[in-house]
Amino acid sequence: MTRVQFGIETFGDIPLGDDGALMTHAAAIRQVVDEAALADDIGIDAVALGEHHRHDFAISSPEMVLSAIASRTSRVSLGSAVTVLSSDDPVRVFQRFATLDAVSSGRAEVILGRGSFTESFPLFGFDMADYEVLFEEKIEIFSRLLTEKPVSWEGTTRPALHEADVYPKTESGSLTTWVGVGGSPQSVIRAARYGFRLMLAIIGGQPERFAPYVDLYRRASEQLGTTAHPVGMHSHGFIAATDEEAREAYYPGYKAMMDRIGGERGWPPMARSSYDAEITSGSLYVGSPDTVARKIAASISGLDVGRFDLVYTGGGAMPASQRMRAVELYGTEVIPRVRELLADGAPS
Amino acid sequence: MTAMGTATVGILGAGKLGTVLARLAVDAGYRVLVASSAEPSRISLTLEVLAPGAEATTADAVARESDIVILALPLGRYRNLPPASLGGSVVVDAMNYWWEVDGVRDDLASPSSSTSELVASHLADARVVKAFNHMGYHDLDEGPRPSGMSGRRAIAIAGDDDAAVEATQRLVDSLGFDPVMIGGLSAGRRLEPGMPAFGANVGASELVALVDQATADASPAR
Repeated sequence: MTRVQFGIETFGDIPLGDDGALMTHAAAIRQVVDEAALADDIGIDAVALGEHHRHDFAISSPEMVLSAIASRTSRVSLGSAVTVLSSDDPVRVFQRFATLDAVSSGRAEVILGRGSFTESFPLFGFDMADYEVLFEEKIEIFSRLLTEKPVSWEGTTRPALHEADVYPKTESGSLTTWVGVGGSPQSVIRAARYGFRLMLAIIGGQPERFAPYVDLYRRASEQLGTTAHPVGMHSHGFIAATDEEAREAYYPGYKAMMDRIGGERGWPPMARSSYDAEITSGSLYVGSPDTVARKIAASISGLDVGRFDLVYTGGGAMPASQRMRAVELYGTEVIPRVRELLADGAPS
Repeated sequence: MTAMGTATVGILGAGKLGTVLARLAVDAGYRVLVASSAEPSRISLTLEVLAPGAEATTADAVARESDIVILALPLGRYRNLPPASLGGSVVVDAMNYWWEVDGVRDDLASPSSSTSELVASHLADARVVKAFNHMGYHDLDEGPRPSGMSGRRAIAIAGDDDAAVEATQRLVDSLGFDPVMIGGLSAGRRLEPGMPAFGANVGASELVALVDQATADASPAR
């Protein structure tokens, strides 16, 4: 069994500063750079940053922040989670990530996806009604660019490419590419068709529900003759010294965020009982290092995934010091404990 | 239709909701037909893995061969549904106006009628009932329980055609949920996004209370 990788992810949620006030967007971005530097120091394998275009998240240009992180780190891989390809230009996406790959000496990863927000569509002049064709055409272009050879392409969503050679070239000749999927079977099959890695966003309900999607990815890869890479999963969570401390610290900001975003989509306010149920049997990894480690180990075994990313900032407006501490506990206590648990349960 | 309920369940849409409903229907013993906007061959592997036993076919075949047809596609595409093929069918509308998928659409956010009434007016001769829209697909996936078991969750049903409502009631029950009738198709408004019952994953009496909280003149969030 290949060594399981562990990552942290954030959308650049705005934490509270030492004075108890919300940080500025700029300070929130520097906070993420600091957290990523700590992650690198303590042996976390990956950092991935989401792209959002709204006031409650500071990161709209993940590659810019990742580039800053690259200069302060030496081992952690640097990814987007996700790059909203439909409202971007695949040529530019390739150029930006190939550049990030250069400055980080080969540590760039792009995770393409739909994302769960759509502000980028009106912002950049795209129509949600065209979503499918935008994604289909652009992922096709991107896959051709990944060959790092001149590309010709014609379609409806961007100007044609005629033997277009795109730079910089990467040193390895292969930019690591994932597709982030929230549960759409067709997206799983699409990832398999292109031979891309699959990152499952599991943000509610029992993680085991996603086991058939892992199976679907593998069987589709087999049928299509592509490589089935180890599957990744990402879920929200938070770690503090004790279960109670973690639950209470995370709840207010998490509830505020869920109610704000859920309300925009027509969901009623979140009840405390749903929060507790998600921690006990769902997809929230909130608790002491031991509790979170056991839950992560169970999900990794249950789903047979090769990478687990913890979205550690879903508590929204929480003190930056608590966030930093959660990253530290994740790297120094949770991950080693998960590795022990997995080794204990591994077939000899 | 037999005493055991509906023999063939058709599902239009092979996404998250469609595949969950297909699996529940197979588990309940129905013959299950599924169609998406793509060729049947494009969804056969999906069904083989996510809903083993369900058959991939065309939308026309679903309409022709099913005793009851569930709509599980994005609401924004409802005008692509074939009114002629679905004429006379019992059609269960499980769709919601979801602007994150459909884009902001004034026609779907219209406060003058429920979205199921829009669907019904497009499918002029179909017998449209609203059900399965208010519960998240992973709650549906995790929620089925045998009739009479404690903690059984409920699904609200709204419709104007008595026989179609009864058929939907039997389907909801055999898929593992308590059916709760809330009124005619226009009452489906009370189940839409922005309403207290939207997202409800609760038992029958609690669901009734949530539906009652919505006033007739309340408008959806968007």
